[in-house]
Amino acid sequence: MGNIRLIARLDIKGPNLIKGIHLEGLRVIGSPNEHALRYYLEGIDELIYMDCVASLYGRNHLGSIVSKAAKDIFVPMTVGGGIRSVEDVADILRAGADKVAVNTAAVGEPKLISSIARRFGSQCMVLSIEAKQVATECWEVYTNNGRERTGLDVIEWAKKGVANGAGEILLTSVDREGTRKGFDVSLVKAVSDEVSVPVIASGGMGEPEDLLAVISEGSADAVAMADILHYKRASIPDIRRIAANAGLGVRHYE
Amino acid sequence: MNNSEVTVIDYGVGNLLSVQRGLEYCGAKVVLTNDSEKILSAKRVVLPGVGAFANAMQALESLELVAVIHELALRKTPLLGICLGMQLLLEESDEFGVTAGLGLIPGRVVAIPDYTLSGDKQKIPHIGWSALQMSESVTSWKKTLLEDNRPGEAVYFVHSFMANPTDPAHRVADVLYGGNKVAAIISRENITGCQFHPEKSGQVGLKILRKFCVE
Repeated sequence: MGNIRLIARLDIKGPNLIKGIHLEGLRVIGSPNEHALRYYLEGIDELIYMDCVASLYGRNHLGSIVSKAAKDIFVPMTVGGGIRSVEDVADILRAGADKVAVNTAAVGEPKLISSIARRFGSQCMVLSIEAKQVATECWEVYTNNGRERTGLDVIEWAKKGVANGAGEILLTSVDREGTRKGFDVSLVKAVSDEVSVPVIASGGMGEPEDLLAVISEGSADAVAMADILHYKRASIPDIRRIAANAGLGVRHYE
Repeated sequence: MNNSEVTVIDYGVGNLLSVQRGLEYCGAKVVLTNDSEKILSAKRVVLPGVGAFANAMQALESLELVAVIHELALRKTPLLGICLGMQLLLEESDEFGVTAGLGLIPGRVVAIPDYTLSGDKQKIPHIGWSALQMSESVTSWKKTLLEDNRPGEAVYFVHSFMANPTDPAHRVADVLYGGNKVAAIISRENITGCQFHPEKSGQVGLKILRKFCVE
């Protein structure tokens, strides 16, 4: 495999960077772009902007935030939350995003995945999956930022998404999200083993060492990190060094 | 800063905004166009592109730009193909059946092996940052777009197919993906192809774009 990717995830409500627990109880942290620029300068590999109230209101409000960020941040940016149509994708790409993450609308209309992949390429279409464990080795897909159950099995849905043209999977454990208890390694492994495309593990990174298990045992290709970075519990250079010392391939950055 | 002008071929394939922003950050004045005259009179030209090879060739053909790009090669206008734009420079591609390319650099575009050199299954597309290394055929990056870069610096890739130039002398830089060598930069006279996204590769990538802007 290639180098693992260290990704900063910025959950956004209105103009603010926020953080919750289990995607709920959102607290304001500050300016999203101040954080994004700091992460870029520290050597983050990618950024994910997630409008976490968008699917509730039916539209994504991140255009202006992303277009400001794109002026001085030159790493890939994924934008998600409330993306419902090919036109929404065109708008957000025009603002400066490189990829879109789609969850709720794709569950409602799986053909949206292939429409986006055909028009903009698979590399642009990230399938975002919010997963809650329902039994041993069994997880259910949730939508609307972890609020609504769908009855879909996570592994089956991931496979279907990839067959439809998703180029990457952003896999968020709602159970672990914001808890700092470490990633749901079995969830990530169950999905990563079944799909041919890269999987980004999201939710639960409490300390830098948490990423070691989800990469080596969970076969994740990338990790999304939020409050560990927002609250400066660890810096990106520290995380990179800990991963490298454990023998994981990481991007060389100086 | 510099006053260089860069013409980016706008043929409806993919997102040109990031390339434009990267070039502007490097001080270039960017012209987005599919007009033959403007492209032929340009000082330097970028051929961007993401998506499928056959669609991109079809788009270039329907805009009658294939002959224009060949003319750029004859006129020695600096031409930089990025990502799919790099793959189009070769003779043909295996993506969804064999499709002819621009044929400016001998060689073909093939699928990235989905097994590592040691035989383990690996993820496709190749997405992520890989370290540039000097190709075996070169002893220095002097007089190339990598003149200001050093081996080991990492750049951002996202692709499922890769360019295999017939003549090893056309390889400038490679990266390893699962131990397999992947062409990162290829070059022949005034033509350069860049498999990764310099506009998404932080300061390392911006150095490459800056170099192109003053070439």
